[in-house]
Amino acid sequence: MAHFFSEKELQHLYWRAGFGLSADELKKNKKYKKEKVIDRLFRNSEKENLLKTEISQIEVENKSLNAKQRNELQLKQVAKLEEITLEWMQQMQTSEEVLRERMILFFTNHFSAQVIKAKMTLDLHHRIRKNALGNFGEMLLEVSKSPSIITFLNNKQNKKKSPNENFAREVMELFTLGRDSGYSEKDIKEAARAFTGWSTDQKENFKFKPFLHDEGQKTVLGQTGNFKGQDIIRILLQQKQTATYLSEKMYKYFVNPIVNKDHVSIMATAFYNSRYDIKTVLKTMFLSNWFYEEKNIGVKIKSPIDLIVGLGRQFKVAYENPKSIIFLQKKLNQRLFYPPNVAGWPGDKHWIDNSTLMLRLKFPAATINKGIIDVEDNAIIMDSMSTTSNTTEGSVKPKLQNGSNFLTKKIKATANWDLFLISVKGKSKKDLIDFLLQPKLSAVAKKILEASKEENTKHFTIQLVSLPEYQLC
Amino acid sequence: MKRRDFLKQSLLASGATLIPSFLKGMESMSLDKISGYKNIIVIQLSGGNDGLNTIVPIKNDIYYKLRPKIAKSLKDTIRIQDNLAFNDNLKEIASLYDEGEMCIINNVGYPNPNRSHFRSSDIWHSASDSNKYINTGWLGRYLDANCSNPHHAIEVNKGLSLALKGEKLNGISAENPKFLYKNTQETFFKGIATNVDDTMLSEDNQGYLYKTLLETYSSAAYINENSKVYKTIQTYPNHKFGNNLKQIAQFINSGLTTRVYYSSLGGFDSHVNQLPKQDRLLKIYSKSVGALVNDLKKQNRFKDTLILTFTEFGRRVKENASTGTDHGTANNVTIISGSLKQAGVYNEIPNLQNLDANGDLQHSVDFRSVYATILNNWLEVDDTQILNSNFKKMNFV
Repeated sequence: MAHFFSEKELQHLYWRAGFGLSADELKKNKKYKKEKVIDRLFRNSEKENLLKTEISQIEVENKSLNAKQRNELQLKQVAKLEEITLEWMQQMQTSEEVLRERMILFFTNHFSAQVIKAKMTLDLHHRIRKNALGNFGEMLLEVSKSPSIITFLNNKQNKKKSPNENFAREVMELFTLGRDSGYSEKDIKEAARAFTGWSTDQKENFKFKPFLHDEGQKTVLGQTGNFKGQDIIRILLQQKQTATYLSEKMYKYFVNPIVNKDHVSIMATAFYNSRYDIKTVLKTMFLSNWFYEEKNIGVKIKSPIDLIVGLGRQFKVAYENPKSIIFLQKKLNQRLFYPPNVAGWPGDKHWIDNSTLMLRLKFPAATINKGIIDVEDNAIIMDSMSTTSNTTEGSVKPKLQNGSNFLTKKIKATANWDLFLISVKGKSKKDLIDFLLQPKLSAVAKKILEASKEENTKHFTIQLVSLPEYQLC
Repeated sequence: MKRRDFLKQSLLASGATLIPSFLKGMESMSLDKISGYKNIIVIQLSGGNDGLNTIVPIKNDIYYKLRPKIAKSLKDTIRIQDNLAFNDNLKEIASLYDEGEMCIINNVGYPNPNRSHFRSSDIWHSASDSNKYINTGWLGRYLDANCSNPHHAIEVNKGLSLALKGEKLNGISAENPKFLYKNTQETFFKGIATNVDDTMLSEDNQGYLYKTLLETYSSAAYINENSKVYKTIQTYPNHKFGNNLKQIAQFINSGLTTRVYYSSLGGFDSHVNQLPKQDRLLKIYSKSVGALVNDLKKQNRFKDTLILTFTEFGRRVKENASTGTDHGTANNVTIISGSLKQAGVYNEIPNLQNLDANGDLQHSVDFRSVYATILNNWLEVDDTQILNSNFKKMNFV
């Protein structure tokens, strides 16, 4: 392992462990040896930064409310969730603690829940936030006891006399072992009995209700005892499969959607041997040589949040109306706290269809330059206008179509161009390409960029972030 | 080799036959040629439509006992048979029924029903078991296995539903073909799309982005060019759903080679004050579908069309304390077509005596049997490959 990271490697590390690097941060990191870069990444994420959105004024739902009051409360809950979402987005865009924010995003999708209740949602978020760089076992127990997960996975309906298996099933299938990995339907049924009684009180706090708990003997994954919920969690953590499943998921998320089993196995062993220390498994990745192999760079499709936050950090984007961010999340299919189901967002290619792709491509220019992409100095682009225009209506001179579009009207935002331009001063076009685009350029992108006579750094930058390559990291 | 030839060849070599329309013009089919070209329209009533107040068990005492405030009284219904009647807001639907152009399938659902909107919706879209998570939809997998172009499945709505997402191909979301086309006309992006070459063929994520880009351009151009052939004079309800069905009629009557159309009408989650809310929505549904069928009949395309209407779940039999109903399970599914093999009430009506522990209806027909029948008997493709299992076929087509 060489002593220093290249710029590309640094940007790679920071896109995966955070949301990309600005030119100034890049410069700073280049001075440090590899171990020191990684060390700083972790040290800069020590603070938990709990969200401050005030939720105390939202009353807890109770049976005495009439239909109208219930409706009103529901609207308040939705509005509060937006507030929480916007605060978290702002934090991701500005925080120094990028690795922590990244891990929260990862585990929020691992422990997916949708309850549309502000108190429970914020509670689960904070349980994840506090443990995001701690111990996975502790986080698992904390999260499993969260009112949000208990409600979402129907454990309130899991009673001694009428067990509900949903919670036990998802704890195994999604949180620990992975689907069809070493447990049987019988294990689920038995584990469900152990989780009976895990419930919430009327104020949406965790409550163990002994009268609902099945005290009897259970046999789960070969072990027998009068188990309670926490015993099942302990047994699940004893299985190395849990470390393997989590490592594979992390590999797909942080390294490459195509899994390398050998590397996953190295991660799983480190994770298991450290008793599920999250920092250990992350360091195993970030300090390895394979993490920086060319085939792992620029091959991930950015999630909508990656895209919004990454652009926001790089250009210090300010939204005139922060609700534009909610609009974008909805349009791009990643509205935080509204995952598609208990398995979370599948990610990768699933982010892309014809309606999301066009919006994603237009999003950068719409946000940082009112939708305008200067192309007049690009012969290739200008040529394509004449060859593709509809010729059936005679030789009408093709009109340049640029700027104002549906998205621009919806997102009113400004970028801090002065700051950006100063930070990249002196960079050649090639430097800029390397700095802003992670993947190897496609033949099209290469052709278009080579044809660009654009000497204006701002215009060239906007072309770069409007290429499909910018959708990858 | 010219680039165009190269592209064509490499596409053929790769097994795909997608040729961007700005490279090679694609045409809609003329009306005489397209006759017999079958298509389906899938309509989701989102939010969980209450099936019992849609198609009402009028002679059932339990129904009236469990719904003292929200049951449909006999005078507010249109008779189907002795023990069953339509909600009287479904006038157009009722006359389709009388014409022998509708089939009602009762008690459709799946084992271990899930009462969450989005989970149950995903189950219906992906055609998965209730404890499995599949990230592709049944119509997306139909595209994968049988079609070469994304525009063979069009969602006329905002966004693209899971149902139309495949592993290799996704359907196209085209609420407004003009907008879709306009969306592809910005000079920079058009410049990229026109210059795409073999990168689009690679399997990696970058290749996938370029492939989707190219498909978007080609579909947008195809749909835009070919959907103007027919101008409807039929009146539709002045509602988004009405407009969407009008757009679908325009597509079908213009001779698009699309096989699958998808749309949805939302707002059925009637926990509170159900009667006026649901009645209003059913009226919109009925008038819109009535107009669509009329429109298609004018061009003799109704015989080639099958309309499947479903909802993610039915609702609890017993009304709640807010004159509404909570999330339930099994429900009726309706098939409307000009070429039904079996019209009428297909199977036994809901059994309100034999409810599950939650007080919900038990299913007797797996919804995937309905899908399998449509895939196999109507679209004439291998349903087992798409549904990953062999579901019993039915006889409605």
